[in-house]
Amino acid sequence: MNAGQSASFRRLFDEIGPVDSVGIEERVAKYATRSIKKGAKLWGLYRAVSMLDLTTLEGKDTPGKIASLCQKALRPLDDPNVPSVAAVCVYPAMVRHAKKHVGGTAVKVASVAMAFPSGQTPLKTRLAEVKAAVAAGADEIDMVINRGAFLAGEFAEVRDEIAAVVEECGSAALKVILEVSELETYDNIRAASFLAMETIRAGDFIKTSTGKTSLNATLGNNQVMIEAIRDFYLDTGIAIGMKPAGGIRTAKQALQFLIAVKETLGDEWLTNKRYRFGASSLLNDLLRQIEKEKSGAYQAPYYFSDAAESY
Amino acid sequence: MNRLPITKTPKIYVGGAFIRSESARVFPIRDAAGNFLANIPQCSRKDLRNAVEAAAKAGPGWAKRTAYNRGQILYRLAEMLEARAGEMSGAILMGNGAATPSSPSGPRRRRRGSLGASQEVAAAVDRLIYYAGWADKYEQVLGNVNPVAAPYFNFTVTEPMGVVGVLAPEDSPLLALVSLLAPVIVSGNTVVALASGSQPYPAIVFGEMLATSDLPGGVVNLLTGFRQELLPTFATHAHVRAIVAVANPAERKALALGAAESVKRTRLLKTEEPFDWAAEAAQGLYAIRDTLESKTTWHPIGA
Repeated sequence: MNAGQSASFRRLFDEIGPVDSVGIEERVAKYATRSIKKGAKLWGLYRAVSMLDLTTLEGKDTPGKIASLCQKALRPLDDPNVPSVAAVCVYPAMVRHAKKHVGGTAVKVASVAMAFPSGQTPLKTRLAEVKAAVAAGADEIDMVINRGAFLAGEFAEVRDEIAAVVEECGSAALKVILEVSELETYDNIRAASFLAMETIRAGDFIKTSTGKTSLNATLGNNQVMIEAIRDFYLDTGIAIGMKPAGGIRTAKQALQFLIAVKETLGDEWLTNKRYRFGASSLLNDLLRQIEKEKSGAYQAPYYFSDAAESY
Repeated sequence: MNRLPITKTPKIYVGGAFIRSESARVFPIRDAAGNFLANIPQCSRKDLRNAVEAAAKAGPGWAKRTAYNRGQILYRLAEMLEARAGEMSGAILMGNGAATPSSPSGPRRRRRGSLGASQEVAAAVDRLIYYAGWADKYEQVLGNVNPVAAPYFNFTVTEPMGVVGVLAPEDSPLLALVSLLAPVIVSGNTVVALASGSQPYPAIVFGEMLATSDLPGGVVNLLTGFRQELLPTFATHAHVRAIVAVANPAERKALALGAAESVKRTRLLKTEEPFDWAAEAAQGLYAIRDTLESKTTWHPIGA
C-alpha cells in the first residue's frame, strides 16, 4: 500500500470508525443458536420467500429458461398463502424476456450491470449497459463497484461512478454490489458500504456479492453491512436496504439472516422494500420447509423442481 | 502407574462422521447386573432428517460405482468385522440390559436364542460376504430381455431406489442389522438405520468398522435411540424411498400408513413371528430385489 493510498483509507476509517472483527464473529455465532418455534418459523419462511430476488446469471440462460423462472417467481408453490418473490434477477440481455412475463405484477425485474461480475470495462461501456437495461424495462439495477479503484484508494472515482449510475437509473432502484470477498477485511467492507450509502438514494440497496467468487454472503459480512446501514441511518435518517447474495442455499441460513436483521435493524427492515436475498436454489429449500411445517412430514427435494438426480 | 480410565463416548455414525445427537440427549446402557456402562445418543427427528440428507448426498456417487467395486467394499467391510471379531463379541455381550421406554427402570434379559456372541459375529461376517458376492451377479438374475411381438429389443434393468430406512429388531443386535442393510446397500441404495433400542452398542462399534471399510461416508448412517419417537418420521419422511423393518402390528400399521402417504415401499418382518437370523432363509436374492426399481426399455431394432 503506497502512502497516498493508506492515507485515504486512514481518513475514511477515522470518519466512519473501525470494525471489531472478533466482536462481529462472536455476535453472528449467536444468531445460529436462536430457537425459532413453529409459528415464527413459518412466518420467517413466508417472509423470506417474499424477499427473494430469484436469480439466474449463467451464460446458458435462454428466453425459455427465463420464462420458467418467472413462472416460478410469480407462483412459487400451489398454495395461495405462499407469496410471490420480490424480483427476478437476470442479465441485461434477458430483461425484456423477463418483463414479458412479470410486467404489471408485483414481481420486479432486476438486472445486473456495470460489467458484472468483474466491473473491469471502460466506464462508458458500463454506463451504456445500465442505460440499456433500464430502457428494456428493468425496475432495479444491481451494479458492481470498481473494486480496483476502491482498493487503490481512489474513493472519488468509486463515488463518481456510483453517482453516474444513480443518474442513469432514473426511477429504477439501485443495488450496489461491494463484492465483499475481494475487499479482504471487515474494515474495507464497512468503508465501501459508507462510500456507497453516501451516494445512493433512500430505498436503494447495498449488496454483498456477485455470487461469482468463492466466498459470498456470510453472517459476518452481512452483520458488518447492516451495522453500517444502522449507523448511517442514525446519522442521516436515510434508510438504505440490504441484499446478501450468493451462498445462501438453505432455509435455516435464511432464517439466521432474518434474525440478524431483526436484532440489528429492527422490524422496519423485515420487508422486501429494505431486505432481499439474492439466491437461486434457496427458494426450493424454503418451499420444502414450508411444506414440511404444514404437512408435518419431511419432504424430498425433487418435489420442488430441484435437480437432485434420482436421489 | 495409576492410569485414569479412558472410557469411550459412544457416538452415532452419520455422513462418515462420528457425532452426538443434535439434541444432546443420551440414554444409559447397563450390563445384566444393572451396572452403568455407557451413555448412548438418543437421536431425535432432526438427527434422522440430517442422516437422510447425508444419505441422499452420498447416494448418486455410491450408485455410480461399478457393481464389482461395491462387492469389493462389502467384502472389505466383512474383513474389518472379522479382524475385530473379539471386540464385537464383547460389544454384543456388554449392553444387554439397556433401559428402553418399554423397560425404563432396569436390566432386561437378552432374548438371544441359542446363538452366542462370537457365532453372531461370524454369521454377520458370512452374511456380508454372501451379499458381496451378489453385487455383480444379481443384475444377471433380476434383469431380463423380454420377448415382445414387435421389432424392438425390450429389456428390463434394475436401479437402486435411493434412501432406504432400516429399523433393526431388538434381538440379534449385529446380525439382524447387517442382514437388513447389506442387501439394501449392495445395489447402490443408501441406508439410514435405527439400531436395536435395547442393545445399541454393537451398532456403535459396527459404525467404527464401516468407517474403515472404504464404504463412502453417508452410505450407511446408524442412529441409536427410541423407536416410538423416530418411527413416525421414518414412515412419513418423503425422501426415504423404502422401509425395511422388523416391527410389531401397531408399528407396521404406522409404517404402512406413512408409507402410503409418501408412496414408499415397505418390507416388513413381524416381531411376533420368531425369526432365525442365522439361518439360510435369512439371506437371499429377494432381499436385494425388495429395494430395487425395474426399468424397462423399448429399443427399436435397426432394419
